[in-house]
Amino acid sequence: MKSIKELEAIRERALKEMSIRNNENKTRIVVGMATCGIAAGARQVMNAFVEELNKRNIHTVNVAMTGCIGVCRYEPIAEVIEPNGEKTTYVKLDAEKARRIVAEHIVNGKPVMEFTIGAAEK
Amino acid sequence: MKDLSLHILDIAQNSVRADADHITVSITVEGRPGILKIVVSDNGKGMEPEFLQKVTDPFTTSRETRHVGLGIPLLKQSAELAGGTFSIRSVVNEGTEVCATFPVDHVDRIPVGNVAETLVMLVESHPEITWEFIFASERDRFEFSLAEVKKALEDVSVTNRYVKEWIQNTLNEGFMSVFGGVLDEVN
Repeated sequence: MKSIKELEAIRERALKEMSIRNNENKTRIVVGMATCGIAAGARQVMNAFVEELNKRNIHTVNVAMTGCIGVCRYEPIAEVIEPNGEKTTYVKLDAEKARRIVAEHIVNGKPVMEFTIGAAEK
Repeated sequence: MKDLSLHILDIAQNSVRADADHITVSITVEGRPGILKIVVSDNGKGMEPEFLQKVTDPFTTSRETRHVGLGIPLLKQSAELAGGTFSIRSVVNEGTEVCATFPVDHVDRIPVGNVAETLVMLVESHPEITWEFIFASERDRFEFSLAEVKKALEDVSVTNRYVKEWIQNTLNEGFMSVFGGVLDEVN
């Protein structure tokens, strides 16, 4: 069984990393994770975001969960909020779409228009 | 919901919204043939008796963004469809306890799912809350207290990725050692 003593080493490692990295001005990805989101598969979407970001070694993006965004019929929903406050709302997501958002929006800076709420409401 | 861990993810957020600062999630298997019991308890603001009475009605919710609240009714349904039970107790200003039981071997019992991952997500989203997780069966007992972890970490956040990884591994090991061989899907 793991023990709390292991945390000492982890603490050192984390402190070392914190000194080189500044966490200001992060882009945030917020995934709706209320009953509606969870039932629609939001957890796989959130995992896909986290895994894809880790795979690409991107540590400048925070992935967080939030409650119901208010348009349950479009779940799973995620919002990409850039440091300048600009927000893109993506709807009806799945793991594959999440990975594309990381590649195209986060890495290349081009929102995936076809997955946005604007495109869905047309 | 496809598995019990998703229900836990959902129900625990009710506790968060009730302004709890201490939330306990306990998963236990008792007896033979076993009964799987999931309890989420908090020290949040609780509910008035009138609200508590209708809380399993899908058209009851405390939120204002929409008029339906399905978290509790769905858990009740999952439990009852699998021959289990559902109960909820609440005292205003003291807290709420949601309890669902599932006969382990019932053909309609949904699998437990990835519990460690769910719990890490909860910690990550609400690191300010003192989470406590308990797994127990005839085989073993495992307890996890975020307060202890915070104490050991001092100035490092529990949401640091190395810490998260450690928490997830710790919970996974605990879960395996408690439920391996007890629940079919855990091996």
